[in-house]
Amino acid sequence: MVGIRSYGGYIPHYRMNRMVIFGSMGWINPANMLNAQGEKAVANFDEDSLTMAVAAAVDCVDGFDLSELGGVYFASTTAPYKERLNANLVAGALGTEETIRTADFAGGLKAGTTALLAAIDAVGAGNANDVVVAASDSRLGKMGSAQELMFGDGGAAFLVGDQDVIAEFKGAYSTGHDFVDHFRGAETKFDRQWEDRWIRDMGFGKFIPEAVAGLCEKCGVKASDFDKVIYPCYYGRARKNLNKKMGFEPDKVIDNLQAIVGDTGVAQSLVMLSKALQESKAGDKLLVISYGSGCDALYFEVTENIKNLAPRIGINGYLARKAELDSYTKYLAWRHMIPLETGLRGEEDHWTRWSLVWRKDKMILGMQGSRCKKCGTQQFPAQRVCVRPDCGALDEMELVYLSGMGGKIFTYTSDMLAASINPPALYGTVDINGGGRFVFDYTDCVLDDLAVGKPVDFSFRIKFYDKERDITNYFWKAVPVAGGVE
Amino acid sequence: MAEGIRDKVVILGMGCTKFGEQWEANSEDLAIESFNECLKDAKIEKKDVQAAWLGSHIDEVNIGKGGNFLGLTLHLPLIPITRTENFCASGTEAFRGAAYGVASGAYDIALALGVEKLKDTGYGGLPDSPAFGQMATMVMPNATAPGMFAQIASAYSAEHGVSMERIKEAMAHVSWKSHQNGLMNPRAHLRKAVTIEQIMGSPIIAYPLGLFDCCGVSDGSAAAIVTTPEIARKIKPNEDLVKVKALQISVSSGEEQMYTDWDGAGMLTTKMASKKAYEEAGITNPREEISMMEVHDCFSITELATMEDLGISAPGKATDDILDGFFDLDGQLPCQTDGGLKCFGHPIGASGLRMIYEMYSQLLRRWPEERLVKDPHIALTHNLGGVPNQNVCSIAIMGLD
Repeated sequence: MVGIRSYGGYIPHYRMNRMVIFGSMGWINPANMLNAQGEKAVANFDEDSLTMAVAAAVDCVDGFDLSELGGVYFASTTAPYKERLNANLVAGALGTEETIRTADFAGGLKAGTTALLAAIDAVGAGNANDVVVAASDSRLGKMGSAQELMFGDGGAAFLVGDQDVIAEFKGAYSTGHDFVDHFRGAETKFDRQWEDRWIRDMGFGKFIPEAVAGLCEKCGVKASDFDKVIYPCYYGRARKNLNKKMGFEPDKVIDNLQAIVGDTGVAQSLVMLSKALQESKAGDKLLVISYGSGCDALYFEVTENIKNLAPRIGINGYLARKAELDSYTKYLAWRHMIPLETGLRGEEDHWTRWSLVWRKDKMILGMQGSRCKKCGTQQFPAQRVCVRPDCGALDEMELVYLSGMGGKIFTYTSDMLAASINPPALYGTVDINGGGRFVFDYTDCVLDDLAVGKPVDFSFRIKFYDKERDITNYFWKAVPVAGGVE
Repeated sequence: MAEGIRDKVVILGMGCTKFGEQWEANSEDLAIESFNECLKDAKIEKKDVQAAWLGSHIDEVNIGKGGNFLGLTLHLPLIPITRTENFCASGTEAFRGAAYGVASGAYDIALALGVEKLKDTGYGGLPDSPAFGQMATMVMPNATAPGMFAQIASAYSAEHGVSMERIKEAMAHVSWKSHQNGLMNPRAHLRKAVTIEQIMGSPIIAYPLGLFDCCGVSDGSAAAIVTTPEIARKIKPNEDLVKVKALQISVSSGEEQMYTDWDGAGMLTTKMASKKAYEEAGITNPREEISMMEVHDCFSITELATMEDLGISAPGKATDDILDGFFDLDGQLPCQTDGGLKCFGHPIGASGLRMIYEMYSQLLRRWPEERLVKDPHIALTHNLGGVPNQNVCSIAIMGLD
């Protein structure tokens, strides 16, 4: 039985009330008021589609043996690299073996479900097992555009395998249409779209019913058989009409989170699927449809195993953890949409030495440290000579991944001098649970959230962006645990 | 068993430029100035200098690498010149090189010169440089010196149960005292009296450090010429001589950064270097025996913690001593008598030698009465380079013959 063994989700910490955007940019297009409802999820200054995919994947594989993973697929239209396989960075962050299948899926917004189908096919054919599929997007609209209001950031991840599946794959139906409603050229940063009415009537209005009909016919089911129906369409009234047209009871159609997250691009239907699985019971029949350059329609049936899967943070968990981003200009700075003065200090060059990065790949991406076989001391970074003063054993180390350990704040500061696009820079020393300490950046927090002894989790983030060479570097940062006790 | 350096080397002469924003001076100008003062004070000629050590730290915006700068600037006659770089201990390292060169018998007379030009970066604070190697860029926070040293405060507060308010109060006194001393010193960078209120109310640079908790970033140079006691007595038969009593360096082992025993409230290196230095100098009760000190007050919190690391203040009690005026110019153990890094300034490679210059000048009673420490015999200088969790500490102790 092939299907989904586990799921994970991620919605970034920051949410921006759409009226904050409209308040700054409404002047250019007052009609955008119609889109300025609710809030959208905004990736922090040190997050992008890759880090959000990692966060969702970490949530997804929690409790699973990572050395058993057979593949990592990453889907995004906003991946940091055109050449350099982004999925390898996700795999590196998870600490998987390197002898696995890794692939990026991009292009149309249906690429997320296509990655999921590719994993299902690989597992079904017996060519790979336990494949992680992580999808995330952080698309940009120009200042004052409707897209700027409609788009949100987030990600979802699934573990696809053939044992203990919580949702059995029952069938799929796909279409591919060169229907250019939204597009970005290879060198373009901002989304561009054609007329809404055309997208609504000729895009969503035709292709979603086409995919549903195709799947129902192929799998011998009726629209009314499904307990949970997932499809993207941010035109509210069109959604109601589509439900009626296709015969879906409104209460069985999963909310698209437009009012609290926004359109998450390739991750849109997968974010909804992740949330739906978090709320599913055995026997539920799920219909998942993606949209963008065509559609994938996938049919799953939830199994009894869902009761055995340990709870995930999931979309619901991350939705509950949030902070308000009340500054539109800060949003622009975080997304590198405006020239920002970070001082001459911020113009100092920071090279990326690729041969060094390759040698220290597992330390940087996976936060790999070591544990002394002689004295048991865990340490980071991995040492050859044990750091414990009264041990000092040479080459007696076993390598261990520490990103999942969490830690406690040992020291902290809030630095106004350090060049940052999000000052003050918060950082300090963290004692890693189980042993070892290192200086980390703190993120998703303010100074008042920091106190000596407070617990932290580690989160994969952008370490620094080299604008000159378009290099995004990643490492782990420490996030104070909400409500954590000192 | 090694004997150490005690009484084997005499400081024959010293020189020091005014520290500050020397917009019109190159490193060459600064080095020539400190060298000439030093040479004159030593009562020797350039040709008598047999070997030289050159201290500088941030070569990227300064004089480049190697010892060439000094040879080419002073046109020294093809003598051995070694550049020493060991963070903020670079100047003291140059002094150590020269002293060891003389003590070993390899040379009769040696020069130590430190120079640093920091104000060609175009921005405040220290130049941003990959001080800990390329890997640090990839994984460590884009930290600044104040940000790294500020963390002592959070750890100190947690370790000793001293409130942040009390720490802020003591830090303010540290800076206030240095401004009082710097005010009287014509060579100091910052010569302005400030009130405790001004200090406490200054904008935060790195929590909990405010602007006045941070030392000046300056251009400057300082130099020393050292020789053996025998030669010194020949050159200066009727003058007081200042002898080196101890020179110690301690460098982090990684246990501060990576192991979890360190309390973060002080520097292990300072504890180690001072312990060895007291042993070398024959000091058993530093609080009573040391007459005056120049410690590395890059930040007021560093000075606070250093007083405990040096064994002057009892653990957790530095704030009491500071607020009691123990380290003020008229206190029992005057500290930063020239204004310290805080007000005299901090051209990194020159700072260690600048401190020795102040202690040397105090021991020889060369300052106006109002600045003089009463009846000094033993003086200590201390540098702390790098950041608290990976640093270099140097200690020099000197005294009247």
